[in-house]
Amino acid sequence: MILYAPLVIVTIYSFNDSKSIITWQGFSLRWYFDMFTGPESAKFKVAASNSFIIAIVSATVATTIATLAATAIVRGGAARYRTASLGLLSLPLMVPEIVTAVATLIFFNTIGFSRGLTTIILAHIVFCIPFAYLPIAARMQGIEDTYEQAAMDLYATKRQTFTRILLPLMMPGIISGYLLAFIVSLDDFIITNFVKGAGVETLPTAIFGAVKMGIKPNIMAISTALLLVSVVFVTISYFVAKADNKNK
Amino acid sequence: MLPVQNQVAVNVRDLVKQFGDFTALRNVSLAIKDNEFFTLLGPSGCGKTTLLRTIAGFEHQDEGEILLFGDSIAGLPANQRPVNTVFQNYALFPHMSVLENVMFGLEMLGSSKAEARPLAHEMLELVRLGEFAHRKPAQLSGGQAQRVALARALAPKPKVLLLDEPLSALDLKLRKAMQLELKALQRETGITFIFVTHDQEEALTMSDRIAVMSAGEIQQLGSPKDIYEHPDNVFVAGFIGETNLLPVSVDEITNGHAHCHLGGGHKVICSAVEGVAVGNDVHISVRPERLRMSAQPSDQQSLPGTVVETVYVGSDVQSYVQLNEGPLLTIRTQNSALGKQAIFALGTQTYVTMETGAARLLQD
Amino acid sequence: MEHSKGAAGAVTDTYAKERVWLLMPTWLMLSILVVIPVLIMLVYSFLTKEFRGGVIWEFTFAAYDQFFFDRGLFGDEPVKIEWTYISIYWRSIWQAGLATVLSLLLGFPTAYYIATRPQNSRAVWVFLITIPYWVNLLIRTVSMKFLLRENGPLNDFLLMIEVIDEPLRLINTALAVQLGLFYSYLPFMVLPIYASIERYNFTLSEAASDLYATKFATLTRVILPSIKPGVIAGCILVFVPSLGAFLAPDLLGGAKNFMIGSLIEEQFKGSAGNWPFGAAASMILLSMVLILLMVFSRQQKKAQPQGGQ
Repeated sequence: MILYAPLVIVTIYSFNDSKSIITWQGFSLRWYFDMFTGPESAKFKVAASNSFIIAIVSATVATTIATLAATAIVRGGAARYRTASLGLLSLPLMVPEIVTAVATLIFFNTIGFSRGLTTIILAHIVFCIPFAYLPIAARMQGIEDTYEQAAMDLYATKRQTFTRILLPLMMPGIISGYLLAFIVSLDDFIITNFVKGAGVETLPTAIFGAVKMGIKPNIMAISTALLLVSVVFVTISYFVAKADNKNK
Repeated sequence: MLPVQNQVAVNVRDLVKQFGDFTALRNVSLAIKDNEFFTLLGPSGCGKTTLLRTIAGFEHQDEGEILLFGDSIAGLPANQRPVNTVFQNYALFPHMSVLENVMFGLEMLGSSKAEARPLAHEMLELVRLGEFAHRKPAQLSGGQAQRVALARALAPKPKVLLLDEPLSALDLKLRKAMQLELKALQRETGITFIFVTHDQEEALTMSDRIAVMSAGEIQQLGSPKDIYEHPDNVFVAGFIGETNLLPVSVDEITNGHAHCHLGGGHKVICSAVEGVAVGNDVHISVRPERLRMSAQPSDQQSLPGTVVETVYVGSDVQSYVQLNEGPLLTIRTQNSALGKQAIFALGTQTYVTMETGAARLLQD
Repeated sequence: MEHSKGAAGAVTDTYAKERVWLLMPTWLMLSILVVIPVLIMLVYSFLTKEFRGGVIWEFTFAAYDQFFFDRGLFGDEPVKIEWTYISIYWRSIWQAGLATVLSLLLGFPTAYYIATRPQNSRAVWVFLITIPYWVNLLIRTVSMKFLLRENGPLNDFLLMIEVIDEPLRLINTALAVQLGLFYSYLPFMVLPIYASIERYNFTLSEAASDLYATKFATLTRVILPSIKPGVIAGCILVFVPSLGAFLAPDLLGGAKNFMIGSLIEEQFKGSAGNWPFGAAASMILLSMVLILLMVFSRQQKKAQPQGGQ
């Protein structure tokens, strides 16, 4: 329960009516209104919309790539390809995040790609692929291949078999893969901090910048809101998996 | 009801299939006739499923060819072969309703949903599951799922239906009922059925012809009666039904009769078969129900021995007789034919009568 | 015939012909955006620095030289070993190691507790453990910072129950970094250990106690050896990210508790602005991690044949 204590405390204090974070002056939602109307709200609104754009694009692309990769790795035979591809896929998980960040920054700099939203999205896609891949591949391994054989036996082409049989069967895995990729992208700070251009902020970098100046109550409200998004997403993913298990 | 035609539906020629070092099929050749209920029978790993999957197009042969009504189907993927499969685990698409499952093949062949729907309903009626059309596969019992799988495979009107141990997941009672149902369905539709099973009783019940397989080769091909009564070799005799497999030496062959002796010098006469010559040490097979016991020697071949065990098995009594200085025989006597109980008591001296024709000489 | 049958979990070859195309995006993305960048980073670490960021394309060992050796301000003094950076790495290893031990001490009993719950409540427990992991690391670290402040809730609480007389200085200490790292990566310790305990066949314990083993002997002689791979995996999963952590030391540690992550960040974002040096520092960190992972995977391979089912 140590895991929850700090989060709960921040959540409680985000409802504090006080301008200072030290004293408790009673319950209020003022900092949640401040999120939308306060002096810093414009900055955070832009950062939030950047964050969500990045997360949606990265998660979508990463999930698509991961779905194709899972199909090839789980249904493609040939151990040689599999080991090599799995090694490649696990790279972003093994290499320390800060090293990935440095390497990506240097890379964009070398090829003269100016930093901005695009560089963040590209870096996030790569970083999200393994997170999307794991649940999708796990799901796919649980699908018996007689379904595909039955479909092809009934005159479906490989493409039809994929879209009409495999894809629907993989859907729970794809949904949780997408949600995880989304959260990973939304939460990422280190890589974003390195590859973002000047003036482009996402929620985590904006929060980090603000926290450097000291923790203010509006930050706590924003943090709590972001925390809620994560919890909701993970909960959805949990129940998707659970409902699916029940179906079997 | 259509009679078995002489036209060949599936012609398999010199098929070879290897998985790494393991040879699943060695030069398998057979001709399956149109409208035939044909069974591939054998133990696990004998190659019967591989043969079926090669015909379906899920495996590709290393050598040899398969002709479907005279046309080679080598290289055609499964989705271009006019054959359909009923899978062992049924493989009903879990995310589709029963009706959608049955419609699937028709749609893939280009029918619109409107065209496919009545046909699919018709197939479901055929397997008497009309009212289950809108259920999901998870809501069906094993027997129902089995029938849906059958309807789904039959809906596109395949030229040949392949069945991969489709009854193995059902309990005994349901299995017996489905055997008869399948047989009737085959007769009604006139489609060639190729049925894979390891259950010899199932094969004998349903088939027009049976190919007994072992170690990637066909051991014997024939009608159920042929295979049961005239097994060609030790494997077939041992695999199909219960039998006494006894080692013998051939002493003399005259007038199509082979005179042999068992261990202990007991003499046995049986029909000569090709490939077995004087001086060979081979086996004979005698079905337990073809042997009779009596207190006195009869006028036919009577072998003296001692009763060592008697087991009551419902309709029959099974006795084990140790021939004097010879092998142990299993003898099955129907309870209704049981006369004098005394001769079956343990330790009783008895004579076992083996009428001419009861013993079958086997090639090794 | 059985080996061709559609067993669940098996790898099959339905899409063998298409696999190259299906894998292409993955290969391209990962090689262009991970493998090549790391190689370029390796090259950069041998280039000459340009002030205010960037590099001059001239080959030199200067970055590594600066890391390991002290040649005085003008490079003319006798060569000494430069302890500044090595000690940062050493401190990082030490901090990460402590965080790992701390996580193990708390994570092991937690994992054991969860694994011995009834089947259906286990999933809920695992879920509860994972939620904080998916919450933004930054937010978790900020929460920790908030909690540990001089007049923050923790000190208030301790004052209130009169354990202490005056506020403890918690923030900007090594202890704070410790707590931050521990808090960040604890789920990584719990989950693999949980997985291996769950797979552990508890009748083995019964067999051991049937053969007169005490509870302690059962734990050390039977349970621990069979769940060792999970424990090692958990330690790696906590140690590796702790080593390269940036947020916890930066936000909780202050200037005195500089760790590798901050050192590297300084070279790119901060005032130091020495890209080749940052690249070299990253390479050194990466090598350490890769060596660790290689040792670990060799261990795993060795453990597998005896591991059994």
